[in-house]
Amino acid sequence: MRLRYITGRIFASLITLWVVITLTFFLMRAIPGGPFTEERAIPEHVLEKMLERYHLNDPIYVQYGNYLLNVLKLDLGPSYRYEGLSVNELIAGSFPASFMVGGIALMISLLLGIPAGIISALKHGKWQDKISVVFATFGVTIPSFVIATVLVYFFAYKWGLVTVGFWEGFSTAILPAVTLAGYPAAFISRLVRSSMLEILQQDYIRTAYSKGLRQMSVIYIHALKNALIPVITYLAPLTAGILTGSFVVEQVFGVPGLGTFFVTSITNRDYTTIMGVTIFYSALLVLFNLVADVCLSFVDPRINLK
Amino acid sequence: MRNYFQDVWLRLRRDKLALLGLVIIAIVIFMAVFAPYLSSYEYDAQDFLESNEPPSMNHVFGTDIFGRDIFVRVLYGARISLSVGFVASLINLFIGVIYGGISGFAGGKLDNLMMRIVDVIYSVPVMIYVILIMVVVGSGLKSIFITLGISYWASMARIVRAEIMRLKNEEFVLAARVIGASSSRILFRHLLPNAMGAILVSLTFSIPSAIFTEAFLSFVGLGVSAPMASWGVLSSDAIGTLAIYPWQLFFPAAAISITILAFNFLGDGLRDALDPRLRK
Repeated sequence: MRLRYITGRIFASLITLWVVITLTFFLMRAIPGGPFTEERAIPEHVLEKMLERYHLNDPIYVQYGNYLLNVLKLDLGPSYRYEGLSVNELIAGSFPASFMVGGIALMISLLLGIPAGIISALKHGKWQDKISVVFATFGVTIPSFVIATVLVYFFAYKWGLVTVGFWEGFSTAILPAVTLAGYPAAFISRLVRSSMLEILQQDYIRTAYSKGLRQMSVIYIHALKNALIPVITYLAPLTAGILTGSFVVEQVFGVPGLGTFFVTSITNRDYTTIMGVTIFYSALLVLFNLVADVCLSFVDPRINLK
Repeated sequence: MRNYFQDVWLRLRRDKLALLGLVIIAIVIFMAVFAPYLSSYEYDAQDFLESNEPPSMNHVFGTDIFGRDIFVRVLYGARISLSVGFVASLINLFIGVIYGGISGFAGGKLDNLMMRIVDVIYSVPVMIYVILIMVVVGSGLKSIFITLGISYWASMARIVRAEIMRLKNEEFVLAARVIGASSSRILFRHLLPNAMGAILVSLTFSIPSAIFTEAFLSFVGLGVSAPMASWGVLSSDAIGTLAIYPWQLFFPAAAISITILAFNFLGDGLRDALDPRLRK
């Protein structure tokens, strides 16, 4: 039963990826002018050579077939702009920085959001709840580029605590990570708060109390386990959000990550790279969704496995 | 006897934050509509003798590096942000509600197929769509609208579908069928009005997220471009001179945050007012 559910989910994920690859491929081919259109016209014979080199003279279905085959082999093709570099190498070069910032951001948002949500629910209506709700509201309303610039203004310009604009690994990853964590931390705390409030009203919690269990074990073992289910569901899009939200944050902080790189490849009109990064992002998201679905099928017995 | 929406309005009126949200939204709409009459400056008029002025009686929010009045630019920014939010909600209403409604009402194979399509749309980050379409159509307000049209209705479709699935086995549907109402009449006259609560709440939350998207895109230089003044563009223009002229960032940033906050307050209030069970 569960095996069938999981294989079904894997199949659906693969179809999604195939649709994304197909869409990006034909979207990129639909751009007027082609990849080598520049303000200064390229001589006819040079253009001819370039088209030939990148197999752009082949019929479109041959190109599409080849591209699909290459993606299957995890090869995203050569970059049109960076001579001699493949899209794979470019992604491998810029992803670690994004991964570091995103990873720290994810940790911060979980470590901040879950406890805040629990406290908020337990102290419902008291000042602790109000403070956490106010912070959560600000967290979802202030755009990340504003948080980013405010942090830069104080930490870099006013107090001179950190340097901004160039990348030195961990020490320069903290501010962007804090910025990125703002929205998800707030969102998670709202999620935990509302599901915890609902669960604390349920019969099985009353039963647990009346059995004489201590409050700690009722809350942390019985209630929290169910309250975290929506958080697991949210974690998959959150990871994607952290990666895509990073376009803005990486720019402000000068992080040489995938987001910055993606935006540059768009202004450069580097089509294979745009396609490659899109597919990479979507593959990540689809993978995380799949993992979340599988985890949920183990954690939540209410899920219909059919 | 009060009807449902009078009831909702009464409950909403008691919620101070929701009311505050409503008032702020009304003010922002007013300022956006009457932007040209509220300031004696043009939004793209440059005056190099008055560049980078701090806020004063002449220029309430100060001026930017080209001596353009920031107040009037923030007003025009409200026009862009609100039109983006407006278009997003129209798309949500038309495509999302009808798509989700048909899917939930039909059920079976058609529903399965329609929801798989939504799954695909849903599993690509919105930002990626926007950017891909920008590359094809060219950046600007037009492509933001197109992208919203392609991707923004997916979550609304899911919500409406779930509501319709829940409602379609109720007795009033059976009653309507017995007196011979057609399927489309049942869907549009009986089911969808009953799902209006969920639709409205989701609508108020989709507007700020659309405004966010536009601001992000314009901020990284992929959205609206000069001399148009969207809040994202204004914020991004102010970054370079942040250390010296912080107010150039403060006003557009505050405008975005307050507007989004207002929509959130209204959305929270609406949710509580439409469904008193959730209010605890």
